[in-house]
Amino acid sequence: MTNPIGDIAGADFILAIGTNTTESHPIIGLQVKKAVRQGSILVVADPRKTEVAELAKSHLQIKSGSDIALLNGLANVIISEDLYNKEFVAERTEDFEALKSVVARYTPEYTEGITGVPAAAIREVARQYAGAKNATILYTMGITQHICGTHNVFAIANLAMLCGQIGKPHSGVNPLRGQNNVQGACDVGALPNVLTGYQPVASDEARAKFEAAWGCGPIPAKPGLTVGELLEGADKGAIKGMYIMGENPVLSDPDADHAAHSLKKLEFLVVQDIFLTETARLADVVLPATSFAEKDGTFSNTERRVQLIRKAVEPVGNSRPDWRIICDLACALGYTMKYDSPADIMKEIASVTPSYAGISYERLEKGGIQWPCPTADHPGTPVLHAGKFSRGLGKFHPVEHVPPAETPDEQYPLVLSTGRRRAHYHTGTMTMRTGALEVHYSKEYLEINPADAARLNVQDGDMVRVTSRRGSVEVMARLTDIVSEGLVFTSFHFPEVAINKLTNPARDSISKIPEFKVCSVKVEKIA
Amino acid sequence: MASVTLTINGKKVTVPRGTTVLDAAAQAGIFIPTFCHDPEIPRFGACRICVVEIPGMRNLPASCVTEATEGMVVETESPAVVEARSTILELLLANHPMDCLTCEKNGDCRLQDYCFRYGVKGSGFEGRQHSYPLDDSNPYIVRDLNKCILCGRCVRTCAQVEGRAVIDFAYRGFDTKIAPPMDTPLGESDCVYCGRCLAVCPVGALTYKRMAGKGRSWEYDKKPVTCTFCDSGCQFNLNVKDGKIVGVTAASPGPGRPLCLKGRLGLELLYCDDPQAPELKKDGEFVKVSWADALGLEGVLDKMKKLEGK
Amino acid sequence: MADVTLLINGLQVTVPQGSTILDAARQLGVFIPTLCHDPELTSVGSCRMCVVDVKGARSLVISCATAAAEGMVVETESPAVMEARKTIIELLLANHPMDCLTCGKNGDCRLQDYAYMYGVKDGGVFQGAVHQYPLEENNPFITRDMNKCILCGKCIRACAEIQGNNVVDFTYRGFNTKVAPAMDTALDESSCVFCGNCVAVCPTGALQEKALRAKARSWEVKKVNTTCPYCGTGCSFDLNVKDGKVVGVTSCDGDVNGRALCIKGRFGFGFIHHQDRLTTPLIKKNGQFVEAGWDEALSLVAEKLGSLRDNSGPDSIGILSSARCTNEENYLLSKFARAVIGTNNIDHCARL
Ligand code: SF4
Ligand code: SF4
Ligand code: SF4
Ligand code: SF4
Ligand code: SF4
Ligand code: SF4
Ligand code: FES
Repeated sequence: MTNPIGDIAGADFILAIGTNTTESHPIIGLQVKKAVRQGSILVVADPRKTEVAELAKSHLQIKSGSDIALLNGLANVIISEDLYNKEFVAERTEDFEALKSVVARYTPEYTEGITGVPAAAIREVARQYAGAKNATILYTMGITQHICGTHNVFAIANLAMLCGQIGKPHSGVNPLRGQNNVQGACDVGALPNVLTGYQPVASDEARAKFEAAWGCGPIPAKPGLTVGELLEGADKGAIKGMYIMGENPVLSDPDADHAAHSLKKLEFLVVQDIFLTETARLADVVLPATSFAEKDGTFSNTERRVQLIRKAVEPVGNSRPDWRIICDLACALGYTMKYDSPADIMKEIASVTPSYAGISYERLEKGGIQWPCPTADHPGTPVLHAGKFSRGLGKFHPVEHVPPAETPDEQYPLVLSTGRRRAHYHTGTMTMRTGALEVHYSKEYLEINPADAARLNVQDGDMVRVTSRRGSVEVMARLTDIVSEGLVFTSFHFPEVAINKLTNPARDSISKIPEFKVCSVKVEKIA
Repeated sequence: MASVTLTINGKKVTVPRGTTVLDAAAQAGIFIPTFCHDPEIPRFGACRICVVEIPGMRNLPASCVTEATEGMVVETESPAVVEARSTILELLLANHPMDCLTCEKNGDCRLQDYCFRYGVKGSGFEGRQHSYPLDDSNPYIVRDLNKCILCGRCVRTCAQVEGRAVIDFAYRGFDTKIAPPMDTPLGESDCVYCGRCLAVCPVGALTYKRMAGKGRSWEYDKKPVTCTFCDSGCQFNLNVKDGKIVGVTAASPGPGRPLCLKGRLGLELLYCDDPQAPELKKDGEFVKVSWADALGLEGVLDKMKKLEGK
Repeated sequence: MADVTLLINGLQVTVPQGSTILDAARQLGVFIPTLCHDPELTSVGSCRMCVVDVKGARSLVISCATAAAEGMVVETESPAVMEARKTIIELLLANHPMDCLTCGKNGDCRLQDYAYMYGVKDGGVFQGAVHQYPLEENNPFITRDMNKCILCGKCIRACAEIQGNNVVDFTYRGFNTKVAPAMDTALDESSCVFCGNCVAVCPTGALQEKALRAKARSWEVKKVNTTCPYCGTGCSFDLNVKDGKVVGVTSCDGDVNGRALCIKGRFGFGFIHHQDRLTTPLIKKNGQFVEAGWDEALSLVAEKLGSLRDNSGPDSIGILSSARCTNEENYLLSKFARAVIGTNNIDHCARL
């Protein structure tokens, strides 16, 4: 996020695109609700009539996968009506002309044709966004989980720069991260192309620095493989062994049957987790790790705030914290990796990561710190890009609408989208075992529009089979106009509704994020 | 010494012959509630809250007086045991004032702990209530016999010091109560206010007047100190709240440890942030006295002053 | 902004214009009891517990809703104030069940704290009719005992102003006034989302965290401040630990969330001690998992990964790190991939 969570409530205008904020990020949702109570304009762009859409001044019920068209349409109105922030564009950005020429085609009427959103509504929202004193854009997986996910993000950034709604309080471009420490895992280099603090492995200088700090042999200059590529590699035999810590790709990855099938081909699989997950069952060795309550450490939240977790109880049984296990394994492989505590590890992270350089447990004891925090007396950075973008001038990346990889046809006439439910989390390994959440929300269902249901002769509560080109699941149908005609929706929390058997592994070519939000399915009633 | 091995809640435990089932359970890390039992004072076996189930034995024996034997099988939380304990608690509550709201013992009271543990919220028994007046007759110990569960620990610990035995059971049946001879208020008895009884009382029947109203049990940190006024080496607790020492209480009375009033007052003077003036009985009435008087140091002090003045 | 200076219990204090007497007293460290006031919620000034004596005023004023004024002379514990507070507590106790013996809030209850502080044992002369509302405990999260409700309205304001949900409100009138969802239904039949933010502000045992308050008494728990393991918002809360086990979660004052939490953060801790937790390394032998010691498991993994690295090359190994593990652990796994194995094949499910 460019801006802190706490400043969302002060925005005059909020565009929530592809995020059901109140369900998937309830506490950030409180900020949105507060803004609405204080009279701010909330606009929600989502194919579903979500809880947050119910609160909105306008709900732009776009067709799945048409976000770029909508964003370009907004930019079109703002440019053609001369509403953009000329000073900001002139002083802080480059390549404006390129943007102008690409979005010229996206007139409100043309955009209506792609998105299904009325031209008048597009004009109104564009004027509101450009005219707001400060305006913030919130988005989540609804934006990134498309084959054009990276382009979606560019389109959002273009809009924000066009109106100068970035680099100041209560505005900006704010992705809301789904899992507690996605931000941190990326920050500290658990990615194939970068080391800590996004230092590229392709940089000779960065590699040399880490080779010296770690006292190790050469780090390859070529970026490694992403999750999806690793699974493909496993399938093809190029990847022979895998070490999986705390992930459950068998349920969380698209085309899940295929993921399991690939993992089974490995010569050796070791999984380290707190439960015997669907993925762990396939392993040759399972190492028991501890939960967050049994160890010290830090998480970095979606607004880049590094915060402590503290050990409250002893590890359950013979389990060990992940950091200890990694150290033990490294030592067993002949590399000395020894730390007294996570605080010690953080010292090392700070020493090799400019954006974390000023962060230490001593400081964190007094409260979280938002990176970049380059020195021990730097207060941290709540708002990014104030006065200057990290690369100097902000570059417009004009992008074109592309349809989803799979569009409905006669055989698979419905669009399936997936997402989250408030009471549950990810693949359910934790929330199905709380003694409370799963009691309250015990069964998953498929949202289906009554008109589609009528055609399929499906009643509320009927069991249906949902099938895509890749697989099928059985689930209870719930008739609701939360989804528009032609769209069905469910979550990926429930192992018994392993919806990722159906989803499409087609990926964004840059971010490699799979297109979870759109695939084509058919629904049949189970006799 | 010969030992015996028994099984408690499925767990094998080996103890020296002569050990009670209660102690064997403690050794195995298994909790059994007790009211009248105290390791420091003679066995009694009266309250029966410590009952356990031992197949082959008639009824449920009290674990604090039952010796562990070879091969014995014990269940400490079987349905029958839980039911018996609940009934005992209900009977106690039947004539207990529901006073935890402001009771000084709240948070450190066994009756309350066990009621919470066994989910006993009130009494199914319609009991007659006592309405004993509060015995507030002295500056050190407040007695609220409405809260007394007649466990007898105070009686036994008092009798442990040669020549004391100030209190005992009096009357019979529903009217049974703990009292000094002739049922006088404590202030008129031979009580020396050592506070041993108060240290062992499991409920709020006996509380320390000098700390009344100053804090609740969970607000205190207890820091143990050993008294140095004589060579008995009695143990006391300093009661610390918000970084201040508010009062001194007697800890672990036992044989050979008189826990005298003088010792406690001396520690109060030494440690308390705001020591309260001592009171002694003069001509049958309690009056405020100087610290030197209370600690019996007047003569010594005079002599010192004289010597040093020279 | 202009400042005003006033005297509280003879002590001088200067506060910004618009501060309440209560704010000024708190700035001085002078204690004033409150029941219906909460710094994060609008002030309604209904319980009157916070009354103080202001020189020249016709009657006692409520400090939580009265602005501090220049030259004001305030007494917070005058005999009239003490008398008024005692009476307020007596009135509240007059129809309060005397239930502290087993009440889950015992030790963490403002009504109890103030009763003790002001030496009020019961309803005194006011002994009134008590309510006989049934206990509501049919949802797995929140227990509601409206017999213990003192009608301070904080839950109503927390639901409206923090959670933005307006689930509960005052219903009925007079002695029958009660806090309830629309149509006086149970919470699980209402639009309640079980965030528990009402529970976090309730000053008495009327609203309780069901599991926590049934398992532990307030003085038995140790609170350990930590960060939520679920979504990326990063809310802070206190784990409540008794006898080495996590028995519940309570609000702290978090950087991101204040005291607000969602259903997962507040009530989703049960997995920590779930019986399905892995407690020992497992090695698959003939298609079956067999329990193993750490030494055996670690050397087997080291041998297998080592021989793949040495024989098939570092890039024959893939490593998945986790968005649910700590920064330190992700860092070490990245270091493990690059320094120990010699591959950049490390990723995690950021994309999912
Ligand atoms: S006063 Fe206390 S110790 Fe003495 S018998 Fe009563 S409850 Fe037991
Ligand atoms: S003695 Fe115990 S149960 Fe009785 S009122 Fe006092 S704290 Fe409550
Ligand atoms: S709500 Fe408070 S006063 Fe009432 S029974 Fe519970 S702890 Fe006691
Ligand atoms: S749990 Fe949350 S939603 Fe439900 S009544 Fe309380 S504050 Fe409102
Ligand atoms: S339930 Fe609690 S917070 Fe709500 S009005 Fe009653 S006492 Fe106040
Ligand atoms: S409490 Fe809820 S909103 Fe906050 S971090 Fe946890 S899951 Fe996210
Ligand atoms: S706290 Fe001031 S009136 Fe309730």
